[in-house]
Amino acid sequence: MGTLLEISGLTSHYGRIQALKGIDVTVAEGELVALVGANGAGKTTLLRCISGVQPVSGGSVRFDGADITTLVAEKRVGLGISQSPEGRQVFGPMSVEDNLRLGAYLRSGPEIQADMQRMYDMFPILYKKRELPAGTLSGGQQQMLAIARALMGKPRVLLLDEPSMGLAPLLVEEIFRTIVALKEAGTTIFLVEQNAYAALAIADRGYVLETGSVVLSDTGQALISNEKVKEAYLGL
Amino acid sequence: MFAAFLQYLFSGLTSGAIYALAGLGFAIIYNASHVINFAQGEFIMIGGMASATLVAAGVPMPLAIVLALLISMAVGVALEKFAIEPARNADVVTIIIITIGASIFLRGATQIILDKEFHSLPAFSGETPIGVMGATLMPQSLWVFAVAAVMIVGLWWFFNRTMFGKAMLATSHNRLAAQLVGVGVKKVLLASFALSALLGAVGGVVVTPITFTNYEAGIMLGLKGFSAAVLGGLGNGGGAIIGGLIVGIVEALASGYLSSAYKDAIAFVIILFVLFFMPNGLFGKRGTDRV
Repeated sequence: MGTLLEISGLTSHYGRIQALKGIDVTVAEGELVALVGANGAGKTTLLRCISGVQPVSGGSVRFDGADITTLVAEKRVGLGISQSPEGRQVFGPMSVEDNLRLGAYLRSGPEIQADMQRMYDMFPILYKKRELPAGTLSGGQQQMLAIARALMGKPRVLLLDEPSMGLAPLLVEEIFRTIVALKEAGTTIFLVEQNAYAALAIADRGYVLETGSVVLSDTGQALISNEKVKEAYLGL
Repeated sequence: MFAAFLQYLFSGLTSGAIYALAGLGFAIIYNASHVINFAQGEFIMIGGMASATLVAAGVPMPLAIVLALLISMAVGVALEKFAIEPARNADVVTIIIITIGASIFLRGATQIILDKEFHSLPAFSGETPIGVMGATLMPQSLWVFAVAAVMIVGLWWFFNRTMFGKAMLATSHNRLAAQLVGVGVKKVLLASFALSALLGAVGGVVVTPITFTNYEAGIMLGLKGFSAAVLGGLGNGGGAIIGGLIVGIVEALASGYLSSAYKDAIAFVIILFVLFFMPNGLFGKRGTDRV
């Protein structure tokens, strides 16, 4: 399996504040890679840089061998980078169906309808509520919609930003089961989570981010049993 | 008594339809960028002035109208490209001031390129008034209603039935998420200016046979369109339409029953009233979101 996403020496600033201080991360095809870290470590910033909605001040992002560091956001979606953003960010007043259809905005053809059906099979509740405004869904349902919308872009890599944030424990479990199912179906996933234990438990590899730098990287299992990680993130 | 009321109502609905189109123009640009485009009135003026000038120069009217709409759209696109886009990192207030500057520039340019005279267009289908229960209705007013209705239905179709229209709506609801599904927000911004310019120019063309136009005609029409948009709730399309009709009708009734000297003041009274008592307008978003 080749490297799909390769981030090297990436830096990014908010004004004069440096949010990312030279990040090196790779994601290989078919892998589930988790990025864990505390609030404000720069996790969301990194995902936004990958999607092209946050300016990069140095370093590079390569996708499938091509340098995409300066590519505009919509072209990256076209290449196959889809993101389910932090806080879900559904199009609240628009119907669930429109939200899904917009996920495939850059695609055309009859297979969109089939993909939509696949999403409804995966998340039956979305089918039931397909005509309702997305803003009326519960938090968990909105999260499913955000993931399904990202999947509608037929991504080659799926970026998930805090999919468990603000959800009840049962729903968190359901979301993580979905992520595992997606991985088993062959989707390449880069998962950003504060819920470090759950994320590392399902990840092939993991990175630990602290104030803008990667401080540890290993297999998911190794990180879970790492003393430092245990102490700082797992509360064990 | 009733005939007079009906007469005021007709004239209010006629100008209200134009305010509604201008208000929609404000709403579309506001939704795409949170900018209030104070050059919206200039699109109305350019539509009227360009079509009147072309007709006077001997161009057949249908062709003149199409050209005038295209000119106005080109001006809208140029405004976005050369005035708004270079300032995209500035804050919204700065951009709003840029649009005020652009409106002054467009008035000046029209004065120089065309002239300072009043212009008119021949009515589209004659000038024989139609009697309705004692009041008279000009055929051109029917054109105004019909064209405004067609534009509104067309817009509804565009925003609800086409992918690009939905993408524009999505951008207004959540810009970040729109970018993440691959919507080019630059394209959306450009399209919003082209569309608003088209709406304004259409209004300008159909109303010119009734009201005449000159290089300054856009100021008042634009401000009244703005009060229509504010009354309806900034960014709410349906609200802008109803707001436009209300502004038009109240203005016509006030100038009929009170004094026509107050005609232009009504729109501003409405703006003040809305800002004091219901800052969200009639149908505006209340600031509630699920967190």
